[in-house]
Amino acid sequence: MQPTHSSRRILLPVRNWFIVLTLFLALVLNLVPFGRFPGIPDWVALVLAFWCIHQPLKVGMAAGFFLGLAMDVADASIMGQHALAYVLLAFAAAGLSRRVLWFPLAQQAIHVFPLLLGMQLVMLVTRMIAGAEFPGVLWFLSSVTATLLWHPITYVLLTPQFQPEDKDVHRPI
Amino acid sequence: MSVVGHAPPPFFKRGPAPLVRLAFFVSLSLVLLVADLRFHTLEWARLAVATAAWPLQRVTGIPIDAAGDFGGYLSRQRALLGENEELRRRQLGTANLLLRQDHLEQENKRLRALLEMRERQPVEGRIAEILYAARDPFSRRVIIDKGGQHGIAAGQAVVDDIGVIGQVTRVFPLTSEVLLLTDKEQAIPVAVQRNGLRAVLAGAGAGMMELRFLAANAEVQVGDTLVTSGLDGVYLPGLPVAKVVKIDRDSSYSFARIICAPLAGVERHGLALVLGGRTALPPQPDDAPSTPDQPTRGKRVKKKVR
Repeated sequence: MQPTHSSRRILLPVRNWFIVLTLFLALVLNLVPFGRFPGIPDWVALVLAFWCIHQPLKVGMAAGFFLGLAMDVADASIMGQHALAYVLLAFAAAGLSRRVLWFPLAQQAIHVFPLLLGMQLVMLVTRMIAGAEFPGVLWFLSSVTATLLWHPITYVLLTPQFQPEDKDVHRPI
Repeated sequence: MSVVGHAPPPFFKRGPAPLVRLAFFVSLSLVLLVADLRFHTLEWARLAVATAAWPLQRVTGIPIDAAGDFGGYLSRQRALLGENEELRRRQLGTANLLLRQDHLEQENKRLRALLEMRERQPVEGRIAEILYAARDPFSRRVIIDKGGQHGIAAGQAVVDDIGVIGQVTRVFPLTSEVLLLTDKEQAIPVAVQRNGLRAVLAGAGAGMMELRFLAANAEVQVGDTLVTSGLDGVYLPGLPVAKVVKIDRDSSYSFARIICAPLAGVERHGLALVLGGRTALPPQPDDAPSTPDQPTRGKRVKKKVR
């Protein structure tokens, strides 16, 4: 495993408890009551997309579904709204994972942005069909913030997998 | 070399195909959506999970509360002194009314008894603090710090010091959820204070409300105050609700478009008063009284001649 497929650095294997811990922490961060303050990223969506891209065999649509149910209860929204959006996000992220990891981080973020925006659009369409009011264009700012966070969060979430580079100048290859 | 009866090596097993899994989870989500939207059958599950997650939610609220407290700590002493002065002046201004209220209520009671009218229900309430706005950006709800343990019930009206702000819609053991007046799903029966014209006020989004189903020539003016009419049996009559800010009388529509702004601090945080439930109104008369001379299908009934 490498940080990106074009990198020469080899990562340690990921630990399962670390994935669970980060997803749980993202859920806790999402519970922080910011109200209608614009530009707060959806941490669960971001971390879920990250793991779906980096570990598509371990984190997938089932995780998205159950995290979505938890968010539905926490948000007091309609049951199934976040679940549907996260399942579609996980599917798209896992599908893109082979491609995205070939790019450097900035271009990865460009790939992630439409995923997150699409997730918000799914939620918007679901709620508008149910007859809710339009939350305003500023609501989409949270996808932009989340995209800008892709670079730092990659380093944060991959930190336990990095191993010290030991440069052996005498090694033949 | 796969031999019949031997399973393939485990590293090729990946479960169902992604599209199959996607279809499964999407249909599951859609079932949940329909179950919650149309039949409202998932309230018990929400209640259970929300109760379990309550301590976690309080813990996550601590940094926000602390930031607010810190901001308050840094607010200047002069501002506090000014506010204190202002409050004292307002208290003196209303003292006159407060002192006479007991007397007036007694008098009102006696007069109503003389007129043989129903007594107005005395107002009782419970002070609650608005903890935070629900994160759902599509609806306007707030969470208050009193719940079923404190005697709050769904359907009770919530007011602040100026007027109505909403209605309790969900009750958890220690908190409850208040649907604000500006939410699109919230409607409240009101009367124009000036002339007693009755109407229904509904949320219109973006913090405004709309007076619905009033004829284009209805007697409403900009600046009119709307108070609760009390016809619904939920809100006590006479609570201030909103002020008319804009009237659009287009004769091509049969109804006028009347935009109102809430009077109370609906979008503000602070303390609120949850009013006690009202005693039930007398049952409504049936629409179709089952009298024997009711016309039935296939029978001609002579009109009564007066």
